[in-house]
Amino acid sequence: MTGRQKAMSHPTGDDLVLYHYGEAGDAERIASHLATCGACRASYQQLQRTLTAVETLVVPEPDEGFESRMWQRVKRGLALRTRHGWLALFRPARLAFAGAVAVLVIAAFLAGRNWPRPATPTQAVARGGEPGGARVLLVAVVDHLERSQRALTELVNAEPAASMDISAEQGWVRDLVPANRLYRQTASEVGEMGLASLLDDLERVLVEIAHSPSTLSSDEFDSIRQRIESQGIIFKVRVLGSDVRERQQAAALGPARRGA
Amino acid sequence: MDESDAVVVAQVCAGDSDAFRVLVERHSRMVFRLAYRLTGNQQDAEDVVQETFLRAYRRLKRFESRASFGTWIHRIAANCAMDLLRQRPRSHVLAPLGAPETAGAADTPDEGAIGPDRWAESAEIRMKLGHALDELTPCERTAFMLRHFEGRSLQEIGQALGLRTSATKHSIFRAVQKMRRALEPLVTS
Repeated sequence: MTGRQKAMSHPTGDDLVLYHYGEAGDAERIASHLATCGACRASYQQLQRTLTAVETLVVPEPDEGFESRMWQRVKRGLALRTRHGWLALFRPARLAFAGAVAVLVIAAFLAGRNWPRPATPTQAVARGGEPGGARVLLVAVVDHLERSQRALTELVNAEPAASMDISAEQGWVRDLVPANRLYRQTASEVGEMGLASLLDDLERVLVEIAHSPSTLSSDEFDSIRQRIESQGIIFKVRVLGSDVRERQQAAALGPARRGA
Repeated sequence: MDESDAVVVAQVCAGDSDAFRVLVERHSRMVFRLAYRLTGNQQDAEDVVQETFLRAYRRLKRFESRASFGTWIHRIAANCAMDLLRQRPRSHVLAPLGAPETAGAADTPDEGAIGPDRWAESAEIRMKLGHALDELTPCERTAFMLRHFEGRSLQEIGQALGLRTSATKHSIFRAVQKMRRALEPLVTS
């Protein structure tokens, strides 16, 4: 294409968007074309009017105490995360965690011997409380779901870089895999099929991360991140975690209501 | 990087977690503005501000002091807001930014000052804009806002959102196309 022909070709709508934002590689050519082509100039002016209308979006100015209020919120969040942070969750508390899992196994075993298995979880809830094995499972699994959610969120939101070291996140995930397997099996045994299914999905993701190389290229990391996001596993874990907590609260309120 | 930010980051990394307050107070207003544009309401925007600084605190040791703390926190905020947009139902995005119920009456044009016709037109544009924004995916909305209001380059947006430049461009193109479909009938001269 000669320079003259190039100068005469009409820019596309996308070209005009880039030109508007100062990102067009051939801005001079577009500018000279707009100076001579009425149709393109009209199209560009229409684009400008539309984008000017977007400026009607107004952001309210926060109140005077905003910064101080936000610091208080952040500070509370930091305190909470320090108590439930990664180090507390995965290192010093490993023994406690193993103990909790052992309690769960024993409780589930005893529950299986002493309580009749519910026909469905819905029926159990309808009776105003969880059956023993399911109740013990729910108490233990909430913490596991929160840890899993944090591990995956941390990974998904890691800053992109040419070479990503995910060994720390992998360490956390590797701790989660055996616990997840145990919870999944227990969930199946006590008839919590929705929970078992979610844990099954979660386990696949955790195993994949655990078995990945600890140093990833940007593309490899993107691939893992996209797989996590495409399955919506973080959202599912968060929703189910909330659901389980609500059921726990309902179960806790049940006896009090019955006693009233 | 702002020298004082660098000093504060070093203090926090050395164990003085209260020094983090300086960074929160210095940058939270800027983060709020971005978060509000992306989420469209005050409550969600404040949640994003909180989550942004919590994430930043956890990753502070990964932060490279050659960079600007403001740019770094801005990037984290964009990702936090996008996560929130992905998680909430679309109907939550409908509220047009600047409408009285979301942004406070002080942020909407005064009918008496601009005349009823102009006020009605402005209100209609904002309503259409709200609906158009609701049609954007979280990625399109974030990329568009970062380009249009924050003046970030395509490269910066791509880095912030983990996208290639071509994908960033296409997110913005799709966002602009949707805006044009919604607003052109109102803004045609």
